Amino acid sequence: MNVLLAILFLMQQTPDSLSTDTVEIVRPAPPTDVIAMDTPNDVGGSVSVQWEISEDDGKGLNNVILYNVFRGQSEEGPFDYIGTVGAGRTSYDDQTVEKDKVTYYYIVKAQTKEGVESEASNVASGKAAPQWFHHGRWNILILGILFALFFAFYIRMAKGKELFIRKIAGLDAVEEAVGRSTEMGKPVLFCPGIGYLYDIATIAALTILGRVAKKTAEYETRIIMPNYDPVVMSAAQEIVKQSYTEAGRPDDFNEKDIFYLTQDQFGFAAGVDGIMLREKPGAIFLQGVFYAEALILAETGHSVGAIQIAGTDRVTLLPFFISACDYTLIGEEMFAASSYLSRDPVMLGSIKGSDAAKVAIISVILVGAILGILGGLNIGPFGTWFQSLVNWFGRG
Amino acid sequence: MGQIIGVWIAAGLTLMIFSFLYKDNPFYKFAEHVYVGVSAAYTCFYTWDYFLMPKLINPLLQHHWLVIIPGIFGAMMLTRWFPRSAWVSRWPIAVSVGVASGLVVVQYMQGFVIPQIQNTLLPIAGPAVTFNNPITNLWNHPLNNLIIIVGTVTTLVYFYFSKKHKGFIGGTAKVGIIFIMVAFGASFGYTVMARISLLIGRIHFLINDWLLPLFRSLTH
Repeated sequence: MNVLLAILFLMQQTPDSLSTDTVEIVRPAPPTDVIAMDTPNDVGGSVSVQWEISEDDGKGLNNVILYNVFRGQSEEGPFDYIGTVGAGRTSYDDQTVEKDKVTYYYIVKAQTKEGVESEASNVASGKAAPQWFHHGRWNILILGILFALFFAFYIRMAKGKELFIRKIAGLDAVEEAVGRSTEMGKPVLFCPGIGYLYDIATIAALTILGRVAKKTAEYETRIIMPNYDPVVMSAAQEIVKQSYTEAGRPDDFNEKDIFYLTQDQFGFAAGVDGIMLREKPGAIFLQGVFYAEALILAETGHSVGAIQIAGTDRVTLLPFFISACDYTLIGEEMFAASSYLSRDPVMLGSIKGSDAAKVAIISVILVGAILGILGGLNIGPFGTWFQSLVNWFGRG
Repeated sequence: MGQIIGVWIAAGLTLMIFSFLYKDNPFYKFAEHVYVGVSAAYTCFYTWDYFLMPKLINPLLQHHWLVIIPGIFGAMMLTRWFPRSAWVSRWPIAVSVGVASGLVVVQYMQGFVIPQIQNTLLPIAGPAVTFNNPITNLWNHPLNNLIIIVGTVTTLVYFYFSKKHKGFIGGTAKVGIIFIMVAFGASFGYTVMARISLLIGRIHFLINDWLLPLFRSLTH
């Protein structure tokens, strides 16, 4: 009986009489004018999707916080979610495209903070494709060609006559350092740092090594060189061997003195420190790429009383070398030193070429400063010219 | 238990390395040799796992035959073990140096030369842009732009090797070396602070991970 009454009671209830808390779902307006195109100036694998913001993004209902981007293989879908950008943004680069030159379809939906998505936008299609040339980098190409012409001109000139390169402080000390080691009966330690063969400072260090090794061969002094990178070690062995041969003492070359230590930064520092303390070299060359271990090495070298000649292009480490070493080749000086020591016409020509490039850069800066002054004083079109010059260097 | 043993080994080796501050001694030698040996062995496995396997062996197994070329260059380096064929290793070295030099040119142009020029093209006349922060105002003052331009130009003159540092060029280069030394001074202070933070990290480890747990275990 009770069950029957309950059924009758429920039958009398209508939806209007039931107490319900209804939540009104308000969808934001979708983004419009969606287009998809190949991302310019890349190696492919990317499609750029662009759109006009939703009418409820920053205005209207002002409830849009995100845009969700979806990709499909066909115009009808299905579309898979690929990424999200914040409100106010009007583009998304899909860098997950698997195949170039295949058409993909995109839609974009606006989303509120409650997680309510708008209707889908229009469907846009686009293909990814690689480009051979980055059109934003004309400035690099033009300056590269200009500087290459400087180099070619001076290298050609260097083959005809000897070019002047000013004395570089610290380079004359190379002979002094090797001579001091010889007098003390101690070896010379050459540390190329923890760079690789693709570091320009390591390449410069190897050229300096050739000169130092030739001196040690002439003075019959042992040269020790612990290495961080096996490829640098192989190159160093070849260079030292060549230097000993040029000095007429190929039999004095000991390949085992140029050895691999470890490829751990502080393991290498600990190992070189130990060698400094036990071998007590009379001269230490710290040339190449260094990081946090620079001061550890330079301080230990100082403590064993060795004459130290350092050189690196790492700006943050140069102060440590300057404070702890007898001579320091600062960045560009190190690159010039390698040419200066070799006296090779091609390398001397390259130093002259880089000097010409520096003159060109100084000229550009001075012209820019003059244009900036005139433009700042609102004289003629100089302000526009100044801005054009800045923009040309800032492109890409 | 394993973690406790690990902490004790790490703390012991740290103290052994720190003993170098007194002078070279057998403890330092032991720690140094362990460090060099373990790191060299680790590098060996790292090279196998992160370079040879994913970049040579796996692509070959998936029939990507192009990787044979660098593979052959790598194998050529091994000829150094045999004196009669050691010359073969010069080829991969030459390729490495050549390719590296070529790539570096573009990197330097794009990463250093052009941004440096662009950031030195600054207005040194006209109204200064004003901000609420006085430090920002000072930084954006045209006078600051003048200092940047003078600093860059005189530093470039210091690294000009085709003329002796005499007369006008010598004077300009002297101004340049002042700018360089000021920059180095700032860099020195900044980097020393970073090194001190490394030391603090190590002492933090010794106190919190080693000494405090040891003290607690002794007092309970």
